[in-house]
Amino acid sequence: MNIKLDQPLERTAFVNARLLDPATGLDAMGGVLTDGETIADFGAGLFENSVPEDAKVIDCKGACLAPGLIDMRITMSGSDLETIGSSAVAGGVTSAVCLPNTNPVIDDGSVVEFVARAARKAGLVKIYPYGAITKGLEGVEISEMGLLAKSGAVAFSDGNNAIGNAQTMRQALLYAATFGLMIIEHPEDPSLAEGGTMNEGETATRLGLPGISKLAEILIIERDLRLAQDTGGRIHFAHISTAESVAAIRAAKIAGMSVTCDTAPPYFALNEGAIGDYRTFAKLSPPLRSEDDRGAIIEGIKDGTIDAIASDHTPRHEDEKRLPFAQAAPGGVGMETLLAITLELVHNGHIGLIDALAMITSGPADLLGLSGGRLKKGAPADLVLFDVEQGWKVDADELRSKAKNTPFDERPVQGRILRTVIDARTVFKLDA
Amino acid sequence: MLGVLSALMNDGAFDFSAYPHRHLLGIEGLSPVAISLLLDRADSFVELNRRHDNKLATLSGRTVMNLFFEDSTRTRTSFELAGKRLSADVINMSVSTSSIKKGETVVDTAMTLNAMHPDVLVVRHNDAGAVKLLAEKVNCAVINAGDGRHEHPTQALLDALTIRRRKGKIQGLQVAICGDILHSRVARSNIHLLNAMGARVRVIAPKTLIPAGIERLGVEVFHEMGAGLKDCDIVMMLRLQTERMKGNFFPSVREYFHFFGLDYAKLENAKPDALIMHPGPMNRGVEIASDVADDIGRSAIREQVEMGVAVRMACLEVLCANLSAEGSSQ
Repeated sequence: MNIKLDQPLERTAFVNARLLDPATGLDAMGGVLTDGETIADFGAGLFENSVPEDAKVIDCKGACLAPGLIDMRITMSGSDLETIGSSAVAGGVTSAVCLPNTNPVIDDGSVVEFVARAARKAGLVKIYPYGAITKGLEGVEISEMGLLAKSGAVAFSDGNNAIGNAQTMRQALLYAATFGLMIIEHPEDPSLAEGGTMNEGETATRLGLPGISKLAEILIIERDLRLAQDTGGRIHFAHISTAESVAAIRAAKIAGMSVTCDTAPPYFALNEGAIGDYRTFAKLSPPLRSEDDRGAIIEGIKDGTIDAIASDHTPRHEDEKRLPFAQAAPGGVGMETLLAITLELVHNGHIGLIDALAMITSGPADLLGLSGGRLKKGAPADLVLFDVEQGWKVDADELRSKAKNTPFDERPVQGRILRTVIDARTVFKLDA
Repeated sequence: MLGVLSALMNDGAFDFSAYPHRHLLGIEGLSPVAISLLLDRADSFVELNRRHDNKLATLSGRTVMNLFFEDSTRTRTSFELAGKRLSADVINMSVSTSSIKKGETVVDTAMTLNAMHPDVLVVRHNDAGAVKLLAEKVNCAVINAGDGRHEHPTQALLDALTIRRRKGKIQGLQVAICGDILHSRVARSNIHLLNAMGARVRVIAPKTLIPAGIERLGVEVFHEMGAGLKDCDIVMMLRLQTERMKGNFFPSVREYFHFFGLDYAKLENAKPDALIMHPGPMNRGVEIASDVADDIGRSAIREQVEMGVAVRMACLEVLCANLSAEGSSQ
């Protein structure tokens, strides 16, 4: 269903909902009242006795009502805003942060403004941009981070390029620290990863595919932790995938460093076995790792070492994937499966529902200083309504995304988005 | 003339259903029974190939296309000869790197050729998995003539046939595969085949040329020729694939040969009747000393080439027989 921007905004009462707010730990039957584009009131027991006469009533029938999801990493290039938007809202994502690897690269204030303006015009998901750490993502000259931040860049990243040069990273951390800005690293040593196509090990050897050693990730994390400690810079590691990464970041946190990290659903739900007989939809960056690594990522989520889960949504055209494995482009679409795969952690008994939601709402919002991701009076009414139990099967052909490259095709999952609301407007509703 | 050789045609002695696959994409996953069928059938062609009147009508009317995305003289010629010995129409297509650069993908090429209705496509490609990808898009049978560093099944079969004819068996033999294991599809196919047939396999190479987790494929890993060759029945040398190497795998040819090149001194460690093999083309003085390579008493290198034609005849025949069976059952 498409959004109608001109639809009049009535006061709306979401009644009979299981209200979930990870920021406060609220989990109770209640409701939300919207007025204009914002939340007018919410709480346990709201509407128990009466609903305001002038409000339109939406009966949630006991389903979960939570802040809309915040997806802290998507790739926009290779897609258009409308596709990204419809994919996002079908996944309950109301705010998404895009990598600067767009065309043109987000290394200039005007591009930041352009992206934000274009997203507002498309009217679906709210898009926030990362600014590039280095000009042109070339890893050489640092970008105008101060001005980019002023224009609205929420943090800094070089997309799926790591900063290979230690001196460049040191300067970037130092300079960013001047303005209190966060640097997000794609932790993969370029020299160790060069030419590699999947996780190094028995499976790669069997398939005859050049491997990427886990060392590529851990080396950069250990290097950057040192640099961050020395510079006082603020470092965040994107999509960590190995047991050693979790261990290093856990130790740094215990030592009191202000370091954070996230992971993506493939790294706690899949392992390198998903590649099977050269399935290019399972070619990701970083590559899918071993079963032991998968277990360690789950442990990292459980004990709080990992602060957030991002979809890593990367649309790829069929022509980029229907190739021999080594030639195929890495990445998978993920916004429409973000909630369901994250809820596997709940259904499998690893973490509670509130904690799982925090990883995809208040967690990333707090990291990036975004206002969403929590229920708050006066805040924009960005909400997601979902049935935590309802089972369905991921079907690539059924995705809203034009690109169908999901690594989760045919996976039975539990947890279905029923309705997505942005600024009090229903922008997605599951066909009954 | 063809009739004279009818005794060599399948008279029911070979049960082709023992090879229940449409394609030959790799050795991994083949049963010992399927491997034995191909070896037995190939063995029956060896004597024929040594005669002057060596042509059979078996594949008359069948079209075999050699599709090589990577340069090859030996393997392509061997397949061409095998097809012609069985009276198939054989067409060679070299897809130059330039036309790949023009943007045609493996899948495009597969679709194009499929429209010409070949019966068998023999494919070599420099990417692992590319031959399988192509096989998914065509209606004919596909033989993998080498995909990246993944598999080269007919090479492993011809090596096995050579070993079986010289040693009378494969079961229980100690085989050492030496050299560039990392980049070698020949090594991987041989490891799978030799393990399936009950041999014990060792690999010997510097640590930079041993792929991670190789021991999980069922081999013992050695980094020293003396210990690795100890009491071996078969010494299989691999070509150093310098064209696939980017980075520091070894410091110099001189040093490589000193520690890992096969010469008589190192060969002393193997059994006195150990057989020396090499898939070719050889780098003399790099992985193998000339005098060892040319030792008629011990080197089976030329015999391997001869067995190659017989093995490829068997593969073509079996796959076509399965195509016929499939056609008649529809």
